Amino acid sequence: MGAFQEFEIVRSFSLPVFLVPFLPFIASIITLIFGKRYFPERPYILPVSALFLSFILSLYLLFEVLSGKIYQFDLFTWISAGNLKVGLGFLVDPLSVMMLCMVTSLSFLIHVYSIGYMKGDPGYYRFFAYISLFTFFMLMLVLSNNLVQLYLGWEGVGLCSYLLIGFWYEKKRASDAAKKAFIINRVGDFGFALGIFAVFYYLGTLYYDEIIPKLSVLKDVYLGIGSYEVHVPFLIAFLLFCGAMGKSAQFPLHTWLPDAMEGPTPVSALIHAATMVTAGVFMVARLHALFEMSEYAMAMVAFVGAFTSFMAATIAITQFDIKRVIAYSTLSQLGYMFMACGVGAFAVGMFHLFTHAYFKALLFLSAGSIIHALHHAVDPNDIRIMGGLRKYMPITFVTFLIAGLAISGVPGFAGFFSKDEILAHAFFSKYPWGKFIWLIGIIIAVMTAFYTFRVFFKAFFGEFRGREALHGHEPHESPKVMTIPLIIISIGAIFSGWLGIPEVLGGGAHFQKFLEKVVGHPELVGVDHTVEYFLMAISVLAGILGIGFAYLIYVKKPALETLGPSKFPRIYRFLYRKWYFDELYHYLFVVPTFWLSRTVVNLILDTFIIDHTVNGSARTTETSANLLRKVHTGLINHYIWFILFGIIIYLIYYIYIR
Amino acid sequence: MSSLPLLSLILWFPLVGILSILFTPRNRENLIKTIALVTAIVDFLFSLCLLLNFDFQNSGFQFVEKSEWLSIINSSYYLGVDGVSILFIPLSTLVTVLCVLISWDSITEKVKEFYLALLFTNIAMIGVFVSLDLLLFYIFWEALLIPMYLIIGIWGGPRRIYSTIKFFLYTFFGSIFMLVAIIYIFLQYGTFEYTALLGKNYPTHIERFLFLAFLIAFAVKVPMWPVHTWLPDAHTEAPTAGSVILAGILIKLGGYGMIRFLLPLFPNATLYFANLILILSVIAIIYAGLACLWQSDLKRLIAYSSVSHMGFITLGIFSLNPIGLKGAILQMINHGIVTGALFMCVGVIYDRTHSRAISHYGGLATTFPFYAGLFMIFTLASIGLPGTNGFVGEFLILQGVFLRDKLFSALGATGVIIGACYMLWLYQRVFFEKPSPNVFNLPPLKWNELIALLPMVILVFLIGLYPSLLLDFMKGSVFMILNHFMNIGGS
Amino acid sequence: MIPFEYYVYLSLLLFCIGLVGVMLRRNLIILLVSLEIMMNALIVLFSAISRYSNDTTGYVVVFFLIALAAAEAGVGLSLVVLLYRSLKKIYTEDINYYRG
Repeated sequence: MGAFQEFEIVRSFSLPVFLVPFLPFIASIITLIFGKRYFPERPYILPVSALFLSFILSLYLLFEVLSGKIYQFDLFTWISAGNLKVGLGFLVDPLSVMMLCMVTSLSFLIHVYSIGYMKGDPGYYRFFAYISLFTFFMLMLVLSNNLVQLYLGWEGVGLCSYLLIGFWYEKKRASDAAKKAFIINRVGDFGFALGIFAVFYYLGTLYYDEIIPKLSVLKDVYLGIGSYEVHVPFLIAFLLFCGAMGKSAQFPLHTWLPDAMEGPTPVSALIHAATMVTAGVFMVARLHALFEMSEYAMAMVAFVGAFTSFMAATIAITQFDIKRVIAYSTLSQLGYMFMACGVGAFAVGMFHLFTHAYFKALLFLSAGSIIHALHHAVDPNDIRIMGGLRKYMPITFVTFLIAGLAISGVPGFAGFFSKDEILAHAFFSKYPWGKFIWLIGIIIAVMTAFYTFRVFFKAFFGEFRGREALHGHEPHESPKVMTIPLIIISIGAIFSGWLGIPEVLGGGAHFQKFLEKVVGHPELVGVDHTVEYFLMAISVLAGILGIGFAYLIYVKKPALETLGPSKFPRIYRFLYRKWYFDELYHYLFVVPTFWLSRTVVNLILDTFIIDHTVNGSARTTETSANLLRKVHTGLINHYIWFILFGIIIYLIYYIYIR
Repeated sequence: MSSLPLLSLILWFPLVGILSILFTPRNRENLIKTIALVTAIVDFLFSLCLLLNFDFQNSGFQFVEKSEWLSIINSSYYLGVDGVSILFIPLSTLVTVLCVLISWDSITEKVKEFYLALLFTNIAMIGVFVSLDLLLFYIFWEALLIPMYLIIGIWGGPRRIYSTIKFFLYTFFGSIFMLVAIIYIFLQYGTFEYTALLGKNYPTHIERFLFLAFLIAFAVKVPMWPVHTWLPDAHTEAPTAGSVILAGILIKLGGYGMIRFLLPLFPNATLYFANLILILSVIAIIYAGLACLWQSDLKRLIAYSSVSHMGFITLGIFSLNPIGLKGAILQMINHGIVTGALFMCVGVIYDRTHSRAISHYGGLATTFPFYAGLFMIFTLASIGLPGTNGFVGEFLILQGVFLRDKLFSALGATGVIIGACYMLWLYQRVFFEKPSPNVFNLPPLKWNELIALLPMVILVFLIGLYPSLLLDFMKGSVFMILNHFMNIGGS
Repeated sequence: MIPFEYYVYLSLLLFCIGLVGVMLRRNLIILLVSLEIMMNALIVLFSAISRYSNDTTGYVVVFFLIALAAAEAGVGLSLVVLLYRSLKKIYTEDINYYRG
C-alpha cells in the first residue's frame, strides 16, 4: 500500500460509505420482521429501492476514488482486550470500490429479476429479506478495513448462503445442501480464523494498513512444527487460503458449491457465481503482499486454482443438470482467477473476477429463465428435456448466447479480454510454473467453450423434447421484469471487458492501472508483441475449437453424443460421479466421525468407563452401608447401650493407655 | 450510594419474597407467582444499579461490606465485587426473572415450594459471587446445591431421582476437597479473608495440593472432562427453569472459582498445571462435541454442547493472558445467555408436545415460523457466528490461547467446526424438511415466553456488536489477577 | 453430719437405677420415669456439692435442673400421649421406624 501517497486519505466518518451497506441491511430487517404481515404482496419495494440507492452511492464513491480519495475510518471499536483492538470500520480504495460497484449493480439487477422469478412463492418476503441481508454482509466484507470484520462478512455471507440454499427447506436435498455448504465453509473458516490469530501473534495488529508495512518483519521468521521449519508467511498465507478455498469452493473444499444449486436460481447467480464465491479471490488480492512473500504460497494458489479449474471443467462436460454445469463452470473460472493470482497477476485476477461476475450471472439468470419456463416439469433443470427453445424464448436465447460467447473468450466479449490477460501474464510470469499454468489454461479454455455450448445447443437447438414432462404446457418467454435485467446484464457481459483492453490491442488497460495502486501489477516489459499476438490467437482458437466440437456433436451429428460414454465408460462414470469426491469424503470424514461419536464417546467412554467408575464407588458405599445399617435398630435402649460402651472404651483408653 | 449496603440488599432482598410467599395461602397460585416475579425483577433492578455505580478506574474490590460474624474462628461477613464478579450478579438476577417467567405455566404442582426454592437459589447464587470470605463462600456454594437438588428432584422428569443423586454426589464430592483446603489455609494463616490471603506463599507441594483440592471442586462444577457426566443427566431431567439455572449460573461457578481463587491464590501451581488443564479442556471441547452428534434427546444434546463450550472457557482462563481471560469471562456470560435461551426454547416446545426426542419433531419452520427464527438466532450464537455474542467470546479465547500455545488454539478451533455440525444438524432435523404430524396446530408463544426470550435476542446482538459494554468492566480486575503471573515471571 | 460420700453413693445408685431402666425397659412411660430418676440423681449430687463446698452455684444449677425435669416430663409425656393416640402403641420395639 505504499502507493497510497498519491491519494488523499479521509479518516473521518463519511455518510455515503456508511449507507452503502446499511441501507440494504435496514431494508432487510424491516422486510424480515414486518414483511409477512404488512406487505406480503410487495416485499421487494424496500430492498430494491435500498439496493438502487446503494448502487448510486457506490458510483459516487467510485468517482471520489477516481479523483484520488480514499476512505479509511472506524465506526466504533468493536472488540478490545489487552493489546487487541478491532473496530467495525470501512476502507474504500480502488479494490473495494470496484467490488462495491460490481456487487451493488448485480445485486440490484438480480433483486429486480427475482421479483418475477420468485413471484407466488410462500416465502416471497423471506427471500428478499435474506438476499438483502446477504448484500449487506457482502458489502461489509468488501469494505472491511481489518481482518476480523472481513471474517464477519465472510461468515455472514456464509449464513445467508445457508439460509438461501435451504430456502425451500422442506426439500431434504435443499436442507442437506445448505448444511453441507455451511459446514464445509466452516472447515475453511477454521483455517482462516487461525490465520487471523497468527497475523495478530506475529504482527500485533489486524488492520490492513498496518499489516502490509509490517510484513517485512516476517521475512526470515520460521516456526518449528515437528521437525520442520515452516516459513511463517507461507503458514499464514496457507491458513488464510484455507478460508478462500472454502468460500471460493476450491479443491479440496469444493464439493458444496454444486450442491448449493438447490437454492433458487437468482441466489445461484448472485451468491454462488458473482459475489460470495469470489470473496476468496478478493481476500488473496487484498493480502497479495503476504502471498508474494512466499514462493510456496504463490505456487499453492496457482496449483490449487489450476487443479480445481481442470477438474471442474471435466465434470461439467458430463452433467445434465443445467445449473450444475454452470456451477462447475463457476468452479473452473474461480480456479482461473486463482491461477492469475498464483502467477502474480492479481489485478488481472480481479479483472477476470469483475467480468466473470457479469457473464456468469447472465448465464445463470438465462438458465433461470429457462427453468422458469419449464417449471411445470418434475426436474426443470434437466437439459435432456429442453431443446428447440430458440423459438419459444428469443430473448433468453440471445442473452445465453452472449454469456456463452463471453465465457468462451470470443474476441469482443468481456471474457476474452480478461482470460487473455490471464494467459498472457501466466506465460510471461516470473514464476517458473507460469508456462505450465498457461498450458492448463488453454486446455481448460477448450473445455469451457465446449461444455457451455453443449448446454446451449442442447437447450436451444433441435426439437423440443419436454412435451411429456410439461404435461402439455408450452414453454414461454419470461416476463419483462426478468428479461429487462437480463438485457442490462448482457450489456455488462459484453462491455465490462472493454474497461481493461490491454495495450497490445491498443487499449489503455485502465482497469488494471486503477487497481495497480492497491494490488500491484507486473508489467509485461520487454515482451515481443508478436509473441503476444500469437498467444492471443491460440487462446481464441481454443475457444472456437470448443464451440466447434460442441456444434459438431450436439447439432450436426447427435449420434456422436453417446460415443464418449460408451467408448470410455470408466472415465465417463468417474467424471459423472464428480471424481467420487462426495463418496470419498463421506467415507473419510463423515463415517469415522459418527463411528467415533457413537461408539467411543457415547457407548464406551461415557457409559462404561466414566459412569461405571462413579457408579462403582457408589456401589461400594452401598454395600458397606448395608452392613452398618444392621446396627441401626431404631430402639432407644440399644443406642444407650452403645453410648455406654463408648464411654467405657473411652475411659479404658483414658485411664490405661494414656 | 456508598452509604447504602447495596450488595447486602441485592443478596438478601429475595428473603422478602420468600417470607411473603411463606405467608401466602398455597391455593393462591397467581399471587405467589406475582410475588416471585416482582421480587426477582426488583432484585434485577438493584443489580443494574450496581452496574451503574461501578467505578471503572478501580481495579480492586468495590461496594465492600465487612462486619463481624463468626469471630471465634475469625470468619467475617465480608462482601465485595470487582470486575470479574460484577457481571455475574445481574446475570444471576436476570436468570431468576427468566426462570420465574418460564415456569409460569409449566410448573403446576407444589407451586409455592417451587418459587421458594427459586428465590432461595437466587440468594445462594449471588452469595457465591459476592463473598470474599472463604467460609462464607463455601457456605453459599453448598447452599446452592439444596434448592437445585429439590428443583430437579421434585419437578424433574421421569428419571429425576437418579439424576439428582448423581448431581449431588458429584458436586458434593468435589466441594469436600475444597472444604479441606479452606480449613488447611485457615489453620496456616488464621483467616478466611480472601484479600488477606493474596500474595501468600506456600511450599511448592502444599500449593499444588491446595490447587488440586480447589480444582476438583471447580472442575466438577464446570464440568470439565472427565467429571462431566452428571451434567447431561441433570439437564435432561431438570424442569426448564432448573436447566436454565444450571446452564446460566451453576456451571459458571466453576469458572468463576477458577478465576477468583486458583489463579490469584496459587499462581505457581497454576503455571505448573496450566498445560494439564488446557489438555483436558481441548478433550472436553472435541469429546463433548462428538458426543453431541449422536444424541437423540434435545436437552441432552444442548447439555453436551454446554460441556463443549465450557471447555472453551477453561481454555481461555488458563491461557493466562488478558485476551484469553477476558474472552473466558465474556464467554461465561454469553454461554449463560445463549444456552439458557436454548433451554427455554426447548422448554417451549416441550410444554406443547411433551417430547424431548429429536425424531419427534421436523418441519417446525413451516408450522411455527416465529419460534424457528428465535431458535435460529440462538443456534447461530451458539456456533459463534460473527455479530452474535458467541463469536466475540470464542474469538478472544482462541486468540488468547494462540498467544500461549498455537497447538491448543488449533485443536480448540476444531470445536467450532464440530459445533456447527451438531447444531445445524439439530436445526435441520427439528425445523426443516416435511413437517412431522406432531407439530401441527401448536399454540403460539405466550406472553411469558416472549418476555423471557426477546431480551435474550437483544443481548445476543448487543454483546455481539458492542462487547465493550461488558469488556470494559473487566479491564482493571483482569489485569490485577494476571499481575501475579507477571511478577512470578509466567507467560 | 452425714458424710459427703453417702450423697455420692445415693446419687450413683439412683443414676444406675435410671440407667438400667432406660437400657432394659421398653415401655415409653417407664423410660421417661427412668430418665427422671437419673435427673434426680444429678439434683442430689449438685445440692450435696453445693452444701459441702459452701458455693451457691450448685443450688442455682439445681433450680435449673428441676425446671428442666418438669419441662421434660411435661413435653415427654404429652408426646407419649400423642403417640399413643395416633398409633395405639407404647412399646419402643413397635415404633422403631428409624431402623436402618
